[in-house]
Amino acid sequence: MIMASDIKESFFWSLFHSLGKKTMRVINDLGAAVIFFALAFLRIFRPKQFREIVQQVFYIGAKSSNIVMLIGLFTGMVLGLQLYYTLRKFGSEGFLGSVVALSLIRELGPVLTAIMITARAGSAMTAEIGILRISEQIDALYAMRIDPIRYLISPRIAASVISFPLLTAFFDLIGIIGGYLTGVVLLGVNKGAYFYRIDAYVDLTDIRGGFIKSLVFAVLVSTICCYQGYFTHLRTDSYGSKSVSLSTTSAVVLSCIMILISDYVITSFLM
Amino acid sequence: MKKYSMESVVGIFVVIGLLCVGYMTVKLGKVSLFGDDYYSLYARFSSVSGLRVDSPIEINGIEAGRVAQLSIDPEKQVALVELKIKKGIEVYDDAIASIKTSGLIGDKFVKIDPGGGGDILKPGGTITETTSPLDIEDLISKYVFGDITKGDKKDTK
Repeated sequence: MIMASDIKESFFWSLFHSLGKKTMRVINDLGAAVIFFALAFLRIFRPKQFREIVQQVFYIGAKSSNIVMLIGLFTGMVLGLQLYYTLRKFGSEGFLGSVVALSLIRELGPVLTAIMITARAGSAMTAEIGILRISEQIDALYAMRIDPIRYLISPRIAASVISFPLLTAFFDLIGIIGGYLTGVVLLGVNKGAYFYRIDAYVDLTDIRGGFIKSLVFAVLVSTICCYQGYFTHLRTDSYGSKSVSLSTTSAVVLSCIMILISDYVITSFLM
Repeated sequence: MKKYSMESVVGIFVVIGLLCVGYMTVKLGKVSLFGDDYYSLYARFSSVSGLRVDSPIEINGIEAGRVAQLSIDPEKQVALVELKIKKGIEVYDDAIASIKTSGLIGDKFVKIDPGGGGDILKPGGTITETTSPLDIEDLISKYVFGDITKGDKKDTK
């Protein structure tokens, strides 16, 4: 006979059981991703990697530069507009340059660039590697004694680490020009004041902080996207082409979440 | 039209990117690439409240250097400020250093009135005549509580 207290107790324990199961799965996934990154990172320095890395810089960096510049221009322009009307209330339009430049360099540049590259190149990474996996081409690489992590993953991580800071620098400078277009050309802030304030208020620590952020985002995005694609066959909720689509979705969502969370953590440490 | 190879596109991308990074660090981050083209002078103030390392130094309204270090002079119990002045700008020994505020609530900077009577100060020399910053809070509280006549400092906190 089952007592009411037994039912209560087993319900009580099953709560802990499911919580523990989830926690262990998350920790397992995290550990696997870190080992995955470490393996790929060590294989960057193997011989004959240079050509592969150049190819990936082409896809991740050079082909993303147009969209990053476009987004940077419009972000700078809207910052110029918004901040002009806010700063005018305090009679300090002269500070427009420093506010636009600081918010771009410290915050918006790295984050928006990383999110744009995730959407443009990260999703492509996951889908490509995922399709290689489900069509058993990664197994074929094994059979030909080609290390798939060295051949597929390492060049992508290296290329991300190269491309992210460069694209962030594009974004920052084009954004400052965008702020100049709306603030100075359209709304008539003093041109000298705009550039003088940028020069006076932006320090090396701000720029270094921005680049540290973009490097961390590069590692996070490339690792998450490659990991999701590489282990797409281990998904329990689906198989085949469906699992590739789900992996791509979760790679993009997870990358964006991790970008924003790590952004907060890095900012609080650097301040 | 000639189609550029992948390698040259990557090359162009990396070069332009590095130029942007270099511009940001050198121009905006104020990294001095070509060694130290500054010399040091010292000045003692009774208070340097609001002044920070890297605050600008102005001579006749033109930026002439940066504050290098703030410390307490153990002998005289006053604040000792190390000023980095650009080489080529001469300061005489009758110069007056004063701490000013840009605008009403702006940042503090050091203003040097370069003088012109005496000898040129050598690197490591000391500007003897200084005036401390105007404490607006102190001034207002004196005005409000009406002890301008007493004249001596009172802790208003």
